[in-house]
Amino acid sequence: MSNDVVIKVSNLGKRYRLGRLHDNNLLSEKIGNGLRSIFQRFRDLSPFPFHLSQEKDFWAIREVAFEIKQGEVVGIVGRNGTGKSTLLKILSRVTGPTEGEVELLGRVGSLLEVGTGFHPELTGRENIFMNGAILGMKRAEIKGRFDEIVGFAEVEKFVDTPVKHYSSGMYVRLAFSVAAHLEPEVLLVDEVLAVGDAAFQKKCLGKIGEVARGGRTVLFVSHNMASVKTLCGRAILLEGGRVVMDGDAASVVDRYLGDPGMKVASYRMAAGKKPPCFRSIELIQEERKNGAFAADRPVRISFSIDSGGEKGLGVNLFIRNEQGVCIHHSADSFVGPSGVSGPGERTCEIPAYGLAAGRYRVDVSLSRGELEVFDYLQDALIFQTGLTDATDDKARAARWRGLCGPGLIRWE
Amino acid sequence: MELRTINRTVIRPSGGRPSLDLGEVWAYRELLGMLAWRDVSVRYKQSVAGIGWAVFQPLMTMVIFTIIFGKFAKLPSDGLPYPVFAYCALLPWNYFSQSLTGSSDSIVGSSYLITKVYFPRLVLPLGKVTSGLIDFGVAFVILLGMMAWYGIAPTFGILLLPVFMLVAMLTALGVGLWFTALNVKYRDVRFIVPYIAQFWLFASPVAYSTSLVPEKWRWLYGLNPMVGVIEGFRWALLGKAAPDFGMMLASFGAVCMVLVTGLYYFRRMEETFADNV
Repeated sequence: MSNDVVIKVSNLGKRYRLGRLHDNNLLSEKIGNGLRSIFQRFRDLSPFPFHLSQEKDFWAIREVAFEIKQGEVVGIVGRNGTGKSTLLKILSRVTGPTEGEVELLGRVGSLLEVGTGFHPELTGRENIFMNGAILGMKRAEIKGRFDEIVGFAEVEKFVDTPVKHYSSGMYVRLAFSVAAHLEPEVLLVDEVLAVGDAAFQKKCLGKIGEVARGGRTVLFVSHNMASVKTLCGRAILLEGGRVVMDGDAASVVDRYLGDPGMKVASYRMAAGKKPPCFRSIELIQEERKNGAFAADRPVRISFSIDSGGEKGLGVNLFIRNEQGVCIHHSADSFVGPSGVSGPGERTCEIPAYGLAAGRYRVDVSLSRGELEVFDYLQDALIFQTGLTDATDDKARAARWRGLCGPGLIRWE
Repeated sequence: MELRTINRTVIRPSGGRPSLDLGEVWAYRELLGMLAWRDVSVRYKQSVAGIGWAVFQPLMTMVIFTIIFGKFAKLPSDGLPYPVFAYCALLPWNYFSQSLTGSSDSIVGSSYLITKVYFPRLVLPLGKVTSGLIDFGVAFVILLGMMAWYGIAPTFGILLLPVFMLVAMLTALGVGLWFTALNVKYRDVRFIVPYIAQFWLFASPVAYSTSLVPEKWRWLYGLNPMVGVIEGFRWALLGKAAPDFGMMLASFGAVCMVLVTGLYYFRRMEETFADNV
């Protein structure tokens, strides 16, 4: 490795086997199948060839290569399911690669999720030590920074209270605070900023900036393009598990956002994802003209959920316009009690004129209550709406300036 | 910078050839301690009787055994009072079965950690077999009380007690490693473990004495490492005749076998844990 390179990734790939995830995962079943196949072999009458199992390989990332120098702050951007999280998981050694190699210098700290290992019965103080140990800190180190951690989280009065009595805000602040005071040479951050209120998010970003200015290397996976632009000097764009662009953050973000042709009318979960999660999400409207949705007719969004046996799951929906303004924020729980068991379905309808003509991005999350977010997808869908029959002056999109369509107002 | 040469990590596909790397586990000993401590602390915080449970469980079993096996079935207890004879065996046995169940579930039960952060996975089952030592310690004090009540003095063999404890620990760990790794892949393994523990109880001289086993089969019987452990306990604490040497040898051999294969299998499966739990 050349002098100041701290991460060197070469030809990295990770393969998941599709169709085998839930196949044969009972020992009794496996033994049963084994006996059956021996039987069949003896009779040799089996009408089907033996390897009928529908095994498909799926490469979450492939042929990924880059080098990162000491002190660089690099953003990893890309749409959902392009392998960002898989890449981070390999770098943090949570999962192993199928091919290729990574060389890392220095202690690596990863923030794949805040509050890993927090236990509700333990007090704030106990959880700080527990969480610190999980993140790889030495006891003495945690002791030395204890006051700082508690101060940053603003929970001084409650350090000796079990965290089950904490408000969700306090919980998240404490969790982030422990992680932020870990001082590794290389810090891997995955979307942690999706938590907490706006003020705390700002504080978190500030902390990451501080870490970066301290000469340490940060790898930052985010959908928040504004923070990628401010924090990172460089960014890597992933598409379909491969690096498609690697350069200064501003131009990578521009390419990612700027692609006006980018439309995503449906989402499918990536292989290897753990339930509870969204299986698929789809935008539906009949008779669409060249891919745009008519703003003067309702648009339906259908969600398919893999609850993984969890109960009381709720779907949250955010629709943002191109300026990033949240036009609609809704949740199924607003309408009635929720609770998906087994393969769950949800559908919602954006009424006619619920959106003005324009481009929209949809974020969705699957959660239980406020704290337990199981799946969070930013830019899960990206779509364009227009008014039909654009030749008519009445329907000329540019004429109407509201955030919602002109037809939402009822005239008598 | 010297750091650069020291903390160099290379990540590459294992190619199915695991290395044991116990040095890394040692480096994470603080985490191991924290996990064990958390286990104990959470268990007692959530219960009314607190640490009393550690005593209640073996005491109740002892009472039941004394009534059923001691009074009704009149099983011989090698001239010792039956309650102390049973309790002395229940101590290592309870520790063992608790550690076995705990370590068998340790990987799947910690999936939230496994999928989020790296640490040597061995720390999890190790933590489980460590946390049981606290309960053992508490219940042990009761045994000393019982021995005083019956006027039984421990022999010098008590110095060897840690060795027998270590055998119980390594047996639970070895078998637990097999089960916990298998459990990631086959989810019904966890339903099998309680049956195995139950069967194992009757295959160990907890309620009865080894003297009931015909001499020529003792070596085979000794392949169950818990036989060696329990015999060792009774010898060291209650002054029972020294256990059969060949039987002890078989016990220790069996432990080594289970432990080495368990470690190897666990390490081989380790990198798939995060993808499968």
